[in-house]
Amino acid sequence: MTDSNIPMYTFKDFASDQEVRWCPGCDDYVVLKSIQKALPQMGRKKEDFVFISGIGCSSRFPYYVATYGMHGIHGRAAAIATGVKLANKNLSVWVATGDGDSLAIGGNHFIHLIRRNIDINLVLFNNEIYGLTKGQFSPTSLMGQKTKSSPFGNIQPPFHPGELAIGSGSRFFARVAGGNTKMQQSIFIDAEKFKGTAIVEVLQNCVIFNDGAFDKYTDRAVKDDAQLYVEHGKPMIFGKNSNKGLVLNGLKLEVVTIGENGVEEKDILVHDAHNPDSTLHLMLAKMHMPVVTGIIRAVKEKTYDELCNERIEEVKNNAKFKSVNELFASGETYEVK
Amino acid sequence: MIQENSSSDKNTLKNVVIRFVGDSGDGMQLTGTQFSTTSALLGNDIATFPNYPSEIRAPQGTVYGVSGFQVHIGESAIYTPGDDVDVLVAMNPAALKVNINSVKAGKTIIVDTDSFTAKNISKAGYDENPLLSGDLDQYVVIEAPITSLTREAIKDVGLNKKAMDRSKNMFALGMVYWMFTRPMEHTIDFFKKKFKSKPLVIEANIKTLKAGYNFAQTLELMPSPLVILPAKMKPGTYRIINGNTATAWGFLAAAEKSGLDLYLGSYPITPATDILHELVKHLQFGVKAFQAEDEIAGISSTIGASFAGKLAITTTSGPGLALKGEALGLAVMTELPIVVVNVQRGGPSTGLPTKTEQSDLMQALYGRNGESPAIVIAASTPENCFDFAFEASKLALEHMTPVILLTDGYIANGSAPWKIKTVEEMPNISHRQVSAKDIDGEFEPYARDAETLARSWAIPGTEGLEHRIGGLEKAIDTGNVSMDPLNHEEMTKIRQAKVDKVADFIPNLKVEGAQEGELLVVGWGGTFGSMFTAVNSMFEDGKRIGLAHFNYINPMPKNVADIFSKYKKIIVCELNNGQFHTVLNAKYPQFDYMKYNKIQGLPFSVLDLINKFNQILDNK
Ligand code: SF4
Repeated sequence: MTDSNIPMYTFKDFASDQEVRWCPGCDDYVVLKSIQKALPQMGRKKEDFVFISGIGCSSRFPYYVATYGMHGIHGRAAAIATGVKLANKNLSVWVATGDGDSLAIGGNHFIHLIRRNIDINLVLFNNEIYGLTKGQFSPTSLMGQKTKSSPFGNIQPPFHPGELAIGSGSRFFARVAGGNTKMQQSIFIDAEKFKGTAIVEVLQNCVIFNDGAFDKYTDRAVKDDAQLYVEHGKPMIFGKNSNKGLVLNGLKLEVVTIGENGVEEKDILVHDAHNPDSTLHLMLAKMHMPVVTGIIRAVKEKTYDELCNERIEEVKNNAKFKSVNELFASGETYEVK
Repeated sequence: MIQENSSSDKNTLKNVVIRFVGDSGDGMQLTGTQFSTTSALLGNDIATFPNYPSEIRAPQGTVYGVSGFQVHIGESAIYTPGDDVDVLVAMNPAALKVNINSVKAGKTIIVDTDSFTAKNISKAGYDENPLLSGDLDQYVVIEAPITSLTREAIKDVGLNKKAMDRSKNMFALGMVYWMFTRPMEHTIDFFKKKFKSKPLVIEANIKTLKAGYNFAQTLELMPSPLVILPAKMKPGTYRIINGNTATAWGFLAAAEKSGLDLYLGSYPITPATDILHELVKHLQFGVKAFQAEDEIAGISSTIGASFAGKLAITTTSGPGLALKGEALGLAVMTELPIVVVNVQRGGPSTGLPTKTEQSDLMQALYGRNGESPAIVIAASTPENCFDFAFEASKLALEHMTPVILLTDGYIANGSAPWKIKTVEEMPNISHRQVSAKDIDGEFEPYARDAETLARSWAIPGTEGLEHRIGGLEKAIDTGNVSMDPLNHEEMTKIRQAKVDKVADFIPNLKVEGAQEGELLVVGWGGTFGSMFTAVNSMFEDGKRIGLAHFNYINPMPKNVADIFSKYKKIIVCELNNGQFHTVLNAKYPQFDYMKYNKIQGLPFSVLDLINKFNQILDNK
């Protein structure tokens, strides 16, 4: 933001000329707006942003952002993005993907992206349903959920994206509410700043096939009591009256009320997103009531792309052959006269 | 076939095929490579082929654990590792059992008699000792107690028995060196360099090598040693190279020539993995070699790297190509340059992973959803894998389209002398990267070059050319998503025309042997060596036979019909059930084609080819 070479962009600079075609009222609009507003605040040149997607409603995303972009094939966005980032470390690479795209058909690429910790930001639009194919259950749909492909109720237990990500070694995992553009913008900016794979799960309402899936967390009437927004270094307090908080009771997280049963504010757990030990992060990611939003985990480690580039430099410095011609002519050669 | 040289003294040979076989731990690959390099240094032409068991650590002494290395050396040009073995060096009964069928009556077999213990004999599946049973009466058998002589020769070096026995392959090599008047210097130098820090290993191996040499000389294994005169090869500096290394180096050369860094996204698969192994050694040239989580990630990351401006390739074998099919379609639709190398093996499914076949031709041409044309080319010898890897890169970058390069297990693992090339002598590659100043007016990602129909390559990071591409159908020129029926039809035709136009940029098909006449033999890819050897020897005998061997398969050279029309009969020979035959029938239906196919996981035998062609010629 301080680099004077970077033009002053507004969100309009990041709106493409393509007509946005999601269903009216879909949370995808909110996320698009948040991204378009966050990008100018990242202090990077427009041409250095790349958005890659797979297949699904949310995977239309790259068409609507006026940067470089590729709408890939089902499940492969993470793998395509990996190639982009390894090819050019100066790019800010984003993946727009859904729960079907990344947790079903693309599950393998999702976990290996995280394992390698490549500096890519992945926005996971989790609507707990297949939207584009019109309403089949997804790997995050709830048990018993009635969908087009489970008319008698879903009998496949769901994945928990946070658990899967942290289990795969995630260094950065955040969750945002689908309708909250302020929260989204700030977390997208943090994700961009973070060097490593940043997973941002969006609790995204699909108004057509799974409307209200997250109302229990996001409805205006309940959201203060049903959402805990965590920030590193701050006590995990929430609630309409800001008097609820988390404590650790044995191996379990417990919601307590400050002022009741002798609980004081100092008893409330302070969020440590930077703790390399992911035990507590996992518990936070899996918690249902309240659901945790904000940056649950942000632990710095060398990224794969850094290691890859460092390795090349190291090898360059110690290389036996400085040119391919030298390599071709090396070793056992012989002359025919 | 040992052919005696008609002219000079009868101890000189035209060529010889030697096969070294033993347990996979016996060092047969090393023995074979030493013999072939020493022969190449003497000026012989060579062709080699290794033969590994598919089990990595098969039980010792069993037929599953037999590993071999065949080398064909000659004073005239050599195109194949040879069909029939002249000298078989068998380090144990199992190795003898597995290989005896490749040795014709009257040829030589060297055995380590120490290894013919009752236990080993029965492990190999023999009922009685083949050295005593009379089974080998039709051969010249040289029996040598190689293990005990090795132990004796190096008993003072200070190694334990197990370590001593590791040198016994050098005893065998020493014997063969004497039989074929090869000097030992190259191998001695090799050990001195390779085991610099292990003086005992150097001493043991050199002593054993010399002991084997002297043993052969003292016992006069043959009336006198044999000489193979140097081949008449084009002057220059040579090295011995296998197809997979040549492929890897072709890409290195293309990267340097095009001024782009090389990106490889790959997943291990036999027999293609050695390309990955080779490229990861050379990061200093800016190579980004990424071992992906699966075949699909291999090609998907390659597409990403291509989008971002690299010379991006992925390497695989048949089953992997099947997995990459959908992503290849994405590269067709996004019109990005990538190269997919398919080192073919026997299929379908897992098939014969370590054996060769040409059965992925149809998959390469058509194995994708939709109308999805790609350039398909095939290398035909170990050493020209270099040229075709380079050519694949050049075509991809200049025509903005995926290219499939077909090689196969036979040329990928086979070795031959390669007249070393430099990047300077390779043709220029002009890729299509653009910046804003190259563009008049609004940038249209799918606007095309008039000659090639290739689009421009605007890579992320280029100011002012931001654009979106993807797998949905593109509108002409703008590249925006379009579901318009007529646009789809026209774009389909444009993508086809773009690949068809490549025919303007590739060389004409050449015929070896008779330029017109009775029989045209047609082949493609890795069978060149045996097919050329067969056709050439018949042509030299005065037969009106020619060979048209294809390297460019889609599109084909422009003069194909012209050439086909000059022969009375055409026969298409391939290591599959007739795939190229089908393609030619569809493309040039005005000709009648016979076919000759072999689907055994093995290369053609020159003799079988000659018999087949003679049959056709006699049957006019
Ligand atoms: S189907 Fe659902 S997720 Fe897809 S655009 Fe419509 S509301 Fe959004």
